[in-house]
Formats: sequence, structure tokens, C-alpha cells
Amino acid sequence: MSEASNQVNAVERATNPSREPFVSLQNLEVTFTGGRRPVRAVGGVDLTVQKGEVVALIGESGSGKSVTLRTLLRLHPPRKTVVSGRIVVGGQDILSLSPAALADYRGKVASMIFQEPLLALDPVYSVGDQIIESIRRHESVSAGQARARALELFERVRIPSPERRLDAYPHEMSGGMRQRAMIALALACRPQLLLADEPTTALDATVQIQVLLLLRELQRELGLSVIFVTHDIGAAVEVADRIAVMYAGRIVEEGPVRSVIRQPRHPYTVALLRGRAQGAMSRGTRLQTIAGAPPDLSALPPGCSFAERCARVTEECRKAVPPTTWIDVAHRVACYRAGTTDE
Amino acid sequence: MSAQGTAPLLRVRDLVKHFPMKKDLFGRGGGVVRAVDGVHFDVNEGETLGVVGESGCGKSTTARLLMHLIEPDAGQIVFDGKVVGSAELPLKAFRRQVQMVFQDSYASLNPRLTIEDSIAFAPQVHGVSAREAIERAHDLLNRVGLEPRRFAERYPHELSGGQRQRVNIARALALQPRVIILDEAVSALDKSVEAQVLNLLLDLKESFGLTYIFISHDLQVVEYMSDRVMVMYLGQVAELGHAQSMFAQPKHPYTRALLGSVPTMDPDRRTEEPPLVGDPPNPINPPSGCRFHTRCSLAETLCSQRQPELVMDAQGDSVACLIHVAGSGHSRAPAAGVGA
Repeated sequence: MSEASNQVNAVERATNPSREPFVSLQNLEVTFTGGRRPVRAVGGVDLTVQKGEVVALIGESGSGKSVTLRTLLRLHPPRKTVVSGRIVVGGQDILSLSPAALADYRGKVASMIFQEPLLALDPVYSVGDQIIESIRRHESVSAGQARARALELFERVRIPSPERRLDAYPHEMSGGMRQRAMIALALACRPQLLLADEPTTALDATVQIQVLLLLRELQRELGLSVIFVTHDIGAAVEVADRIAVMYAGRIVEEGPVRSVIRQPRHPYTVALLRGRAQGAMSRGTRLQTIAGAPPDLSALPPGCSFAERCARVTEECRKAVPPTTWIDVAHRVACYRAGTTDE
Repeated sequence: MSAQGTAPLLRVRDLVKHFPMKKDLFGRGGGVVRAVDGVHFDVNEGETLGVVGESGCGKSTTARLLMHLIEPDAGQIVFDGKVVGSAELPLKAFRRQVQMVFQDSYASLNPRLTIEDSIAFAPQVHGVSAREAIERAHDLLNRVGLEPRRFAERYPHELSGGQRQRVNIARALALQPRVIILDEAVSALDKSVEAQVLNLLLDLKESFGLTYIFISHDLQVVEYMSDRVMVMYLGQVAELGHAQSMFAQPKHPYTRALLGSVPTMDPDRRTEEPPLVGDPPNPINPPSGCRFHTRCSLAETLCSQRQPELVMDAQGDSVACLIHVAGSGHSRAPAAGVGA
């Protein structure tokens, strides 16, 4: 990829008004200062999400994917968290919102579903009451109208006998049903952006696929923008239009799902996919592994964070963080050695 | 049931465990959870038996019953030809032979013991001297890829999840067991770490001649690890057979649905319809007849009335489904007198 065409692509992306993103993260950095040493969980993330687009953030524990997602709702305690960069959602600068504006934004513009609904839902209120409370916080409607909306939502996420379940407490529901109830709660105030933090990880495979298909269907019907955080590439492929791969707090590769799955460029993505692709786990052969472990986020190396585990590493990789290069209009990678192979 | 014609190492017959539920303040409830309801299987020496099923199917309860961590209500476990718990094979001697690795690597280690002490603990209980036990612990740490000089004196909280699970594996090996039960042992690990631990498990199996019972909800991993696979549904065995044939041609409609739920990894062939609707039914009041009939797309009236037996075919693969019983009356079953 030549320098010139890189610039053309950048110009094209910047000047095409119809592609104005709904969500834009610019050089987002998140550092936790509560511990003995500051931990830089997210180190310069750039990401855009269009209206009606599903972007999957994938990565292993500690890659910064959940922190990125939570920062979009400003859920981290401000006293112990330093956030820099810019977050723009629907034209609003999220990092400078006043507390009142933030409360309006949460749930109304962007809402979140979590991995463990039993922890996210309030155990002492019925699920219906929680949905009604959320609707009435944002809109001036009567309790009866709000309850009718809640019932409609329960039908929409296909909870069996919805009327009765509205009065159920979270512990009275099965895992799959609780996750459906949380999706209903998240959609209660018709948000435009849905943030999903490993929503199917704790579920059985048979229930996971049902919830993934439900999310895909709701996203299409409601035209939602979705950021879907997962460590499961298979789940990401089922729902996402684009995939962004995170490692040690940075996006190392991002592109359309087909392009990333079929032509991964970053050695980390290649290794991740090699472990899981069809036929990669055939009996009697040893599994290809990535040696070592991710770096300590409180003592990051000056160069590429993946260098220590990378089969294609050179001297250059250890000196400075590799810049992002665009392979084509939509597919980018942060690696000096992208395009080379292991052998 | 052994395909090789030799006696199986572990033979489990009619294992039953029901948990009674307490009545609440108003005298409501008080049902019985039929966690394990007549489970029947063999494990051959040197093989890996995979166990799969949704949550609540009884796979972990079965594992705990095997170890007698909970007492079975009924059933018999025979190890190496000797009945477990009899005078011939008391529980303590049996537990030396069968060890277990759990999902939560942190909760299963004593936080106040260094890892060498954790590993050396059980051998000392079984009469090995302290010095020898520590020596053995260091040797085992080497075997699981943790350098004793760096790791022996650390505490569990100073290790990563993958390293802690290696410690748990070393501890399971400390008594030189013949069988290791791995209950979701790699499920909490990141994929790249999981692959390292799976490779380690395969190496250890070969060098110590171990037999594994490998419980997991990850079907891809089970296919990779197992020689044979047991599919459980609501406390019973739905299908038990060779991994290769089962993954290529599942016989039980439930097995087929389970395999169909695995994401395709192909953006052009996304799953369009979920193979199963709804959550697994409650094991407190399991459906009558075939327990799967409420979710089965091939169910007929018969299926709610008659409970299918686990029947073995000539290849040694078994399935509990009326479709595979000749003359059962199911419209897809072969006629009576013809082999299923």
C-alpha cells in the first residue's frame, strides 16, 4: 500500500458527508490511578460506528475492550480514572457532559447490556418495575402507559407469558430469560446506540445462538448502532458488520468482518483465528499457541505490545508503536510487518 | 460396553442423585431436583471421555458423585474391577486414583499456602515425607511448565489464571492418579492460554498414561480432546459414542441441535434459525417420556409417553431415542426385526 493512496483513502473517509459516523472515538486513553501504579487500560483508540452498524470489539481479558465500552457511558469512577481524547455520540461530546446531561444520555441515547444480568438487575424490584422506572425517568408518561410499553418490549424480546413475567423478580427467571429481560430494559427508552458487554458469554451454546439472533433482528428492525464486546470470534462473526481486534489497550486491526476473517493481517489476529478456524482443532495434532502472555498494563514496552509474543518481530517493532496503515478503504492494521508471513 | 473388549477402568451403573428442596415459609415448593437420574457409562483405560450438555443437565453433579464429594442416592461405581466404597476399595484409596480439576482456578487453591505447599499437601496426607513431597512438587511444577525456582514459593494471587490452572493440574497429579476429571477446567481461560493448557493436558496424558473425563460446554474443544463423548440431557444420557462419528453424524436430535448451535465462523453462512427454542426445562419436574420431547422437532405423541432406553449399536455407539428403536412406533423408526 503506497503512501499516496493511503492519503486518498483518508481524505475520502474525512470528506464523505453521508458517512458521518454516529459514534466517534478519537485517541481515547483511559488510565486507572487507584492502585499502586497507574494502569493504562486503553491507549489511544480510534473507532467510528455508523448509524445502524454493528461493530464487534474482540480481544482477550485485559485488552481494554470492556473499558472502552464502559467509558462510552462514563461508568468508571472519575476520582480514580483519567480519560483523555474525545468521544462523540450523535453530535454530543460525551466527556464534557454535565451530570444532568449525562443522566439524560444514559439509557436514552446509549444503553448497555451486561454479561451477568443477575448482577446488573436490581434483585428487590420486579423486572417490569425496573423497565417502568427507566421509561418514566426519561419520558413524561403515566405508569399505565409505561407498563404497556414494558409488556410490548417483553413480547418483542420473546419472553414466554410476558404479562406474568413482568411481575417476576430476576432470580425467578432462567439465565436466557434474564438476558432477554435485560435487553428489554436496555431498549426501554428507544436508544440509538446499544453497548453489549459479552452478553452471551455466560449462556449455554443453545441459548447463546438464540440471543445472538434476537440481537441481530432487533438491531435491523430498530436501526440500532451496536458495539458488541466479546472474546468469542464465532459470536462476533454471527452479528457484526465490522470487527476491531484489541490487544493491550489498542486496536491492532479493524475492518469488515469478511475481510478480517478471510485476510487477517496482524500476526495477533492471524494467531487468534488459526486457533479457532474450521479444522484448526483436528484430533491428533498439537494446537498452535501464542507463546507467553499479554504485557503488564502498568509497565508497557515502548514498542508494539505484541512484539514479545510475535513470530515476525524485528528490531523496529521494539522501538516504537507501529502506526496504523490502511490496507484498503475499510481495513486498517497497526503492524510494521503486516503483509509478511511467519515463514 | 468397552469397544476393545477389555474390562473398563471405570464402570458407572444406574447412578442417581435427587436433591430435595426445602419448603418455604408457607409450605410451598418442596419438590425434588432430579439432578442425575439413572446414569450409566464406562470409561476405558487411557481414553478421554468428553461430557457435554446444557447447564443443569447433571454433568458436574455426575463428576462430583464419581469422586463421592456428594453421596449418590443409588447406583454403583466400579473402579478397576472393585466396587468403590467396599472393603476391597475404600473411599480414600479410590480418591488417590481419581483426581479432579475445577473451573475456578482461584477458588480451588488455598490462598494461604504457597503453591509448592498446595501441591505437596495431599501426598503428605497419604504418608509421603515432607521433604519427598516438596521434591515431588518441584518436579511436577517443571512438568506443567512452571519453573520451580520462580514459582514454588508464590501464593495463588500472584499468578495468572492460566498459571493457577497449571498449579491445579500439578496438584491433581501429585498422588499419581490414573484418572483425572476435568470439570470445565479450561473454560475460564482466554483462548490463547486455553490452547497452551490443552496441549499440556495432552502431553501429560501421554507421559503418565492418564485417563481423562473431560467436562466442557465448548463442543469444539470436546471434539478435539475426546475419544468418546457422552451427551447428557436433564440428568440422563442422551447419546454416548465415538467422538468422530458423533460429530460427523449425530444420532440424537438433541445432539444435532447442540452441534448446530456452534457459531459457523463464516460471515456468508450465518445461522438463520436457532436449532433449539427456549431454555432447558427445569430438572425439578422433568417432562414425561423422553425428556427432550418438549423441544424436539421430530417429537410425536409416543415420545411423551414412552421413555427411550440407551441402546448400543454394533459399533459400540449408544443413543436413547425412539427413532432408533426398531418397531417403537415412531414414524421415522425402522420396522421391527430390522437392525436400527
